Amino acid sequence: MSGALLSRLAGRLPLILGGAITACIIGTALVSQVWTPEAPTRMRFALKLKGPLAQGLLGTDHFGRDLTSMLMVGAWNSLSIAVLAVLLGAMAGTLLGVTAAARAGIIDGAIMRLCDILFAFPAVLSAIMLGALMGPGALTAVVAIGVFMIPVFARVTRSAAAQVWARDYVLAARAAGKGAARITLEHVLPNIAGQIIVQVTIQLGLAILTEAGLSFLGLGIAPPAPSWGRMLADAQTYLTAAPHLALVPGIAIALSVLGFNLLGDGLRDLIDPRRRLAA
Amino acid sequence: MSTPALLELCNVARDYPVGPTPLFGRRATLRALDGIDLKVPAGSIFGVVGESGSGKSTLARIVMALDRPTAGNVLFDGDDLFLLPPAALAARRRDFQMVFQDPYGSLDPRSRIGRTVAEPLHVVPDALRGAERAALVGEALESVGLKAADAARFPHEFSGGQRQRIAIARALITRPKLVVADEAVSALDLSVQAQVLNLLRSLRDRHGITVLFITHNLAVIDCVADHVAVMYRGRVVETGPAQAVFARPFHPYTQLLIAAEPSLERIGRGLRRTPSAPPSAQIEGGGCAFLARCPLASGRCAAEAPALRALEPGRASACHHAEALTEGASSLHFPT
Repeated sequence: MSGALLSRLAGRLPLILGGAITACIIGTALVSQVWTPEAPTRMRFALKLKGPLAQGLLGTDHFGRDLTSMLMVGAWNSLSIAVLAVLLGAMAGTLLGVTAAARAGIIDGAIMRLCDILFAFPAVLSAIMLGALMGPGALTAVVAIGVFMIPVFARVTRSAAAQVWARDYVLAARAAGKGAARITLEHVLPNIAGQIIVQVTIQLGLAILTEAGLSFLGLGIAPPAPSWGRMLADAQTYLTAAPHLALVPGIAIALSVLGFNLLGDGLRDLIDPRRRLAA
Repeated sequence: MSTPALLELCNVARDYPVGPTPLFGRRATLRALDGIDLKVPAGSIFGVVGESGSGKSTLARIVMALDRPTAGNVLFDGDDLFLLPPAALAARRRDFQMVFQDPYGSLDPRSRIGRTVAEPLHVVPDALRGAERAALVGEALESVGLKAADAARFPHEFSGGQRQRIAIARALITRPKLVVADEAVSALDLSVQAQVLNLLRSLRDRHGITVLFITHNLAVIDCVADHVAVMYRGRVVETGPAQAVFARPFHPYTQLLIAAEPSLERIGRGLRRTPSAPPSAQIEGGGCAFLARCPLASGRCAAEAPALRALEPGRASACHHAEALTEGASSLHFPT
């Protein structure tokens, strides 16, 4: 009895762990909007480069800013850019994907080749190009990451939607005189929503990673607003003197990517009946 | 066939491209339907029987205007379906509905039964809405032996037979003139098959609905159909009243089908082996399609494709040697 319970718990472990980590990060980001231990941009040169617990929970950076507060506000900044970018990519990509699935032939081919072209550009490269065009900032990061996500969602959606289109209930809807747009809204989207949500979760982790990369290069949100990527970049100089400056944001990034990936995997197991049967 | 035809197919053909697209020239085609002529009398249950790959499902899709024929006309109640403008065709769809083979695939798992059953009302301009529509759905569910309250449930809560009843309720909601049932009972247990067949028959008796019943199962056709058309490789090889055709088949293929039907009397003895040939992808030049498997094959059969011709009132066969079969009940002996 307890063995069965344990194995069920073990099967759900990614979901539980991923959900817990994700909830912590989102909670931290939300709390940072109403309370932080210190103002994250307040410099106190007398207290610079203090270690964890010596000053505040996680210590201070080279300007004496409170690392805990910076990390918390950084969570909000990273997460909001990642969420907006994934929303942009998911909406545009899903629209392209369901259109491609509904309209086989030339339109399908054109959309998928367009996605191939988009896919060929690394996110960082397109962000540098966009940064040159629009100037660095949060919007640049959102657009650069979002555009990079479009082909991912277009492909996932197209293959899932194509499977739905092959089902008899879609044939029945066609026999009832429904058009492609209506069938997509009423039958295709409800049946692929789960797969899209899984993909959104996994892509959120990737978006946080990419956002950190862009901030590291100075293409993310403008200073002095704290971001995990820039905290890492600033920490390079003090890597031997104050390794915690790099470790703190590094662990935060790694944990959030891990959290979203675990949550995505767990959701997929929960939604996909084939995997559920295998478990 | 004195009653007027509700559905008439005139020389309908359908080619499907198969294989890779060559750089130059045309893709190879598979002729799924080849010169189909059928008249389905109003108010009858018309069986179409044939083995896998004989073009039965293609026929269903074309009758439902889900697929266009390469050639020929489909007349439904006097209108050529494929000459109607799209809006008129959509409006016409209320008069012909379909029941699919797989009751697990034909109901949207995310859609409540009520919504699924009401779906065909989409093309009915003066369709009821709100509470009146719900009442209509409940009525349709009750007419197939389910409860009106089932409208709020999801497909996974029902068994295969119940799902097929739901599919039939969906097909009946617009009070159609024609219901196309494509292998509608093949996925069901025998006892459930009988329930669904009885349901179809009683619907015909009560509402005068015409049913085009497509199956590979002779016993099912024998049980419900008034008329039958036997298909082989995209052609109709024999038509006639169902009982007469099964009692005295006029085509060697029909005889082969009847002989291959499992029966209680033969339990434990195994089936006779009959020569079979896989469906070929290419359109064959000349000759009878059944040639390779036919015990009556002669030189004429290799040279000239037999046309469907009337032999007795209401009965037709596409065999050069049909006369040999009409005389007496001499059954053919297939080589073992």
